[in-house]
Amino acid sequence: MQFLKDEGVEYIFGYPGGAVLHIYDEIYSQDDVKHILVRHEQGATHMADGYARATGKPGVVLVTSGPGATNAVTGIATAHMDSVPMVVITGQVPTHAIGSDAFQEVDCVGITRPCVKHNFLVKDVHDLAETLKKAFYVATTGRPGPVVVDIPKDVTAPNVRIPYEYPASVTMRSYNPVVRGHPRQMKKALDLILSAKRPMIYTGGGVVLDNASDELVRFTRTLGYPITNTLMGLGAYPGTDPQFVGMLGMHGTYEANMAMHNCDVLIGIGARFDDRVVGEVSKFCPHARIVHIDIDPASISKTVKVQVPIVGSVLNVLREINGMLEGTNRRPDAQALSEWWDRINRWKSVDCLSYDHSDTLIKPQSVLQKLHEVTGGDAYVTSDVGQHQMWAAQFYPFDKPRRWINSGGLGTMGFGLPAALGVQLAYPDAQVACVTGEGSIIMCIQELSTAKQYDLPIKVINLNNRYLGMVRQWQEFMYENRESHSYLDSLPDFAALAESFGHVGMKIENPGDVDGALREAFAMKDRLVFMDFITDPAENVYPMMMAGKGQNEMVLSAHSRQRELA
Amino acid sequence: MRHIISMLLENEPGALSRVAGLFSARAYNIESLSVAPTEDASASRMTLVTSGSDEIIEQITKQLHKLIDVVKLLDITGDAHVEREIMLVKVRVAGSAREEVKRIADIFRGRILDVTQSTYIIEVTGDGAKLDAFIGALDHKSILEVVRSGALAIVRGERGLRL
Ligand SMILES: Cc1cc2nc3c(=O)[nH]c(=O)nc-3n(C[C@H](O)[C@H](O)[C@H](O)COP(=O)(O)OP(=O)(O)OC[C@H]3O[C@@H](n4cnc5c(N)ncnc54)[C@H](O)[C@@H]3O)c2cc1C
Ligand SMILES: Cc1ncc(C[n+]2csc(CCOP(=O)(O)OP(=O)(O)O)c2C)c(N)n1
Ligand SMILES: [Mg+2]
Repeated sequence: MQFLKDEGVEYIFGYPGGAVLHIYDEIYSQDDVKHILVRHEQGATHMADGYARATGKPGVVLVTSGPGATNAVTGIATAHMDSVPMVVITGQVPTHAIGSDAFQEVDCVGITRPCVKHNFLVKDVHDLAETLKKAFYVATTGRPGPVVVDIPKDVTAPNVRIPYEYPASVTMRSYNPVVRGHPRQMKKALDLILSAKRPMIYTGGGVVLDNASDELVRFTRTLGYPITNTLMGLGAYPGTDPQFVGMLGMHGTYEANMAMHNCDVLIGIGARFDDRVVGEVSKFCPHARIVHIDIDPASISKTVKVQVPIVGSVLNVLREINGMLEGTNRRPDAQALSEWWDRINRWKSVDCLSYDHSDTLIKPQSVLQKLHEVTGGDAYVTSDVGQHQMWAAQFYPFDKPRRWINSGGLGTMGFGLPAALGVQLAYPDAQVACVTGEGSIIMCIQELSTAKQYDLPIKVINLNNRYLGMVRQWQEFMYENRESHSYLDSLPDFAALAESFGHVGMKIENPGDVDGALREAFAMKDRLVFMDFITDPAENVYPMMMAGKGQNEMVLSAHSRQRELA
Repeated sequence: MRHIISMLLENEPGALSRVAGLFSARAYNIESLSVAPTEDASASRMTLVTSGSDEIIEQITKQLHKLIDVVKLLDITGDAHVEREIMLVKVRVAGSAREEVKRIADIFRGRILDVTQSTYIIEVTGDGAKLDAFIGALDHKSILEVVRSGALAIVRGERGLRL
């Protein structure tokens, strides 16, 4: 505990059990590090994760051995896929009992190995402080990620007292992430960037993780190039800026994907060429030479071969390149750039996010547009996984980084509610909205109880379409409408359920009531309000890039298709 | 193409399983893998033989590098290097076969380490092809057990892999 305090840890998200009782006893007798008691270990990991994504500081989790550890695995894997810094302390059976199938024993290091950045088993109390220091160091440096520290019960036994000293620094001969870009590569990149006739900037979660938004804005504005963000990168460049052409990828905008397909120089920054972005590899950016800045060499040329790789941190590399840009009077070809923008604006006029309005059914998109309006575009928005997630990404433009918090890589339903609670703890006065679906919210609904205990006044926006909507959409498009197990029968009365947890519940069924309900809810600054919006069950997410297709072959909504033809 | 990757790993209990887990999780091939401590007790040396396209080999080396327990790594395939593997073979030998097997072992510079009334244990070292050839030269029915170390390799000259 003394170590965690010295490390500057503010909150631990945890759940007690036999193997960690010594630690809990220490927690009892101090109040520097605040412990948040969750209702399920998955909730602890997502809360710590939400806290980490919103603040940039590592989230800290404490769970017991056996089932405590296995329940945490989903949250650890979620953080791992999105490179979120987290330290997860798991209890373990005493060292002498390891390997004996003891009560609540699992091979935690073995189970978590494939879904952590690194993990440790501490066998000797003398190694404890140093190992924890290493865990925080590995979790937060280079490409961040979760680190598990498995601690057998005897290692924390109170009768073993050793002199403690906070290890102020740590060196590891086997771990030295490269953060400075190679000067020759950066020079090559600059030449290529300035030679572009049809440039495209494509940035991802790495910019957010490295707090490099200011440098990215400087870079993009100096060049005047179009920019797109991945789902994980939203907010790193202001979503309402005219140079921003929207998200790219499977449910990205038509203009972003068309610009990707037609560009001649692609500048990838802190993004990992994920399959939801690339689509069919052989059809990806067929005319482009590619610059890729990434701190993880393994992200470079993993799926798509790039011509100018730069290994280094986004912040350092962009700062250097910006310096070089400002120190030269070479500028991009203005004529070509203006023609390129004309083409992009024509794609934009397809208005790919347009949707049918209705007087009788609530359109989910309209709820998010209203949410944007009511919160002044300045809320922290977490989401679960499904159609609602995509609509939030499309219809709530983020102007600041770390405002959009969702599970992109693993796509974990159940993430949104606990993550929102972690964000609200970090920023007690901020507006925090959890955009969810009736399928996802049920997966971690128990955390409404945690929200009550700690008075966390988040606002839950449940886009209730009575379907596992994303699954239903795929069944409509790819399985001739056979809705196999995508209808959610026997749903609870969510408003009443929220009330039973001690919160405010609302059910909104008419389009005319959306605005009023949102305003009323956000006016209740000290209450958690659960808004159950009964939405159009047939609505689909458009546009959509289907499997095996290129970025220029998106499926558009009926509206946009007409405009595309015109 | 076949690649030989040499690595120095932290001598930690989990290090080997991290490497093995990486190969199974990412569906890379392992032809052989051998690992043992070095003159420096804090590190062990691993020699890993794998195969794949250039892109896959590039990913393999990058992913291995990323493992926190990997201190240093060198793909020595392109360097002039010495490659050796040791094999122990137990064969059933009776009557005239005793002489015949001994003669074959001599040709392969093998040594007979153990002799009983009905068996020999023969040690042969060399590259993989030589060991395969030795097995091919024996009467298949007489082979009782084969144990191979997997390839060990080291770069010639000044270049190499040191802490
Ligand atoms: C239902 C659903 C639909 C989806 N649809 C889409 C979609 O339409 N479009 C879309 O984009 N995504 C979509 N996703 C998300 C997708 O699965 C991926 O999670 C996402 O595309 C990855 O984003 P990223 O490339 O920014 O990488 P991230 O996972 O954010 O990775 C960050 C990259 O930056 C690097 N990095 C980290 N720190 C630094 C640093 N300090 N300096 C330099 N580099 C650094 C890392 O090494 C890594 O390569 C969807 C997900 C779901 C669940
Ligand atoms: C834990 C988990 N199980 C299954 C899935 C597969 N899946 C992706 S989206 C989705 C439907 C989500 O339904 P809902 O939360 O109601 O959102 P909607 O798509 O209707 O907006 C499912 C089942 C998943 N992402 N996560
Ligand atoms: Mg739904």
